[in-house]
Amino acid sequence: MWELISANKRKSIILFLAMGICLVLLGYFIGGTYAGKDGGYYGLSIALFIWVFMSIISFFSGDSIILAISRAKKVTPNVHPQLFNVVEEMKIAAGLPAMPSVYIIPDPAPNAFAVGRNPQKSAVVVTAGLLEQLNRDELQGVVAHEMSHILNRDVLFMTFSGVLLGSIVFLSHVFLRSMWFGGGRRFNSKGKSGGQAQMIMMIVALAIAILAPIMARLLYFAISRKREYLADATAVRLTRYPEGLASALEKISGSNLDLQSANKATAALYIANPLKAKGRKLSNLTSTHPPIHERVDILRRISNGANYINYQHAFTFIKGNRGRTNIIPPSGIQDKTKLDLRTKPLEEAAKPHKKGVRDLGDLIRAVNNYVFLVCACGLKMKLPPDFNKKSFNCPRCGTLNQVPVAELAALTAVTDIIDKPSNDSQPEKDEKIFRYKRKGKGWESFNCECGAVKQLSPSFNKNSFYCNHCGRKILIEN
Amino acid sequence: MSLIIFLAILAIFVFGFIGIYNSLVGLRNRVKNAWSQIDVQLKRRHDLIPNLVETAKGYMKHEHDTLTGITEARSKAMGADNVAAKGQAEGALSGAMSKFFVVVENYPDLKANTNFLALQEELSSTENKIAFSRQNYNDQVLFFNNKIQMFPSNLVAGMFNFKPEEFFELENEAEKEVPKVSF
Repeated sequence: MWELISANKRKSIILFLAMGICLVLLGYFIGGTYAGKDGGYYGLSIALFIWVFMSIISFFSGDSIILAISRAKKVTPNVHPQLFNVVEEMKIAAGLPAMPSVYIIPDPAPNAFAVGRNPQKSAVVVTAGLLEQLNRDELQGVVAHEMSHILNRDVLFMTFSGVLLGSIVFLSHVFLRSMWFGGGRRFNSKGKSGGQAQMIMMIVALAIAILAPIMARLLYFAISRKREYLADATAVRLTRYPEGLASALEKISGSNLDLQSANKATAALYIANPLKAKGRKLSNLTSTHPPIHERVDILRRISNGANYINYQHAFTFIKGNRGRTNIIPPSGIQDKTKLDLRTKPLEEAAKPHKKGVRDLGDLIRAVNNYVFLVCACGLKMKLPPDFNKKSFNCPRCGTLNQVPVAELAALTAVTDIIDKPSNDSQPEKDEKIFRYKRKGKGWESFNCECGAVKQLSPSFNKNSFYCNHCGRKILIEN
Repeated sequence: MSLIIFLAILAIFVFGFIGIYNSLVGLRNRVKNAWSQIDVQLKRRHDLIPNLVETAKGYMKHEHDTLTGITEARSKAMGADNVAAKGQAEGALSGAMSKFFVVVENYPDLKANTNFLALQEELSSTENKIAFSRQNYNDQVLFFNNKIQMFPSNLVAGMFNFKPEEFFELENEAEKEVPKVSF
């Protein structure tokens, strides 16, 4: 698997350079059109500047920009313990050096993507709709697919080449527009001797400006599609269970919801095209993702092993003559080790998956820091984080309910901890506190000073919370 | 001139040698790290089991044997000191656990207990993590063993006595089988 990654890296660099040269040439000839040879160098340096500038930005803050425009929210394990477990399982299987952060997009459309410039610092993002619709095996397949994007450093490559593509498209667009509206004027004002060289420059520039964006786009989309296949193959290798990913993809494509926060620029990152309504019109050449039914067919075709070579066989079988190309780099194909497939689903996944729209809503609210309150009559009420009354009447039975102010505050505190990791656990002076020393890492229950029973789950990893009975701050010492 | 060429070739060899040696050490450390990952997950399972037994006790009055079976298997697994004994004891523990989860099907009250559900998720996830860390360990071992058998790294490996690592196979074949659940 690791030889494969380095082969992949080498390929990325070559493609990256090819696109870069394309951009620089475009800059040179555009400059040349306006101001002869000297202008060529100006154009070249402007193009280079745009490239370097955008690349630096995308390298250092690309992930946070993508996460912000996708409206993804970082969550703690309490919001969805199973998701965290599945991510950790795949982290172990992939041998990642660090646990990726987990984000949820509060949106009912099922989809997922990953960001991260290297495996040490990465993030897995899933939508609430995905969690609601998939069972454990399917979720595992999706997370494994994202994990392999992280392993292959696809995200870094896709953002970089996306930036390059953007610069090429931008430059040629500006140039073509200016030719259309102001063409010719500049040449007439100059002497005839320079004119001829500039005419040649202009023709070349026109040709590049028309062809480069098309070629760059096709290249970009072709690589993007190939990487999706490769990530599918790696996911199978990690989970040893192709059916999980296959049925997850089916469920994702079965949904006709558009992901609100996705746009053309980020669409290539997702596991399946998030812009369904618009995506249908696109032809195969210009789509960032291979057709889902084909991916599903390939996954279902895999038999007698979970190694790369098995995926390649299935790929060739499904694609027929068009499938002669190797999706997997040669070093992956050479590995003939037989890896047994898991034939049976996990115990839990075998049971029908019963979750309703209500769970989806609750999950989205949990991501958005709502507090859940169960009334004496059994009605579950959801309070928004900015709820500012001290008490209110239950809409069903009319009982007066006290708002757990402390709990709301605690939740906000949790988000603060996530946003800026600080070791500052000193409470304010006037607050009542209770300290509890944790014995191990498992389940533990203890009594707060007021007598209320508190229970800690193994996944509890904060260092404090508020007692919802007396409002004391409980400090957990590990 | 020929001296310079000779020195250049020598330099290439020396750097190649150093590179191969370093990559071998790196790979061996990866194998070790993968092994410790398995250990972490096994320990985690040992930590979770007492809570599970505690939670289940109240509901499963008639399944005393199953519960003591788990507890005994756990203490045996914790006491095992060498790798072979450990593999066997852990295998037995897995067997006891899957038996327990089959029996749980008869106790709807227990299955509805939120505490128990959370524990069940933790435990089944830990089982998966054990399986995946074993898978990762075997991947790393395969890669390392290939490296020390292939030319030219086999020369360096021979000189510094890098030994092939052993794959981690299951002692208990029964663990491979997912228990059959009949409804």
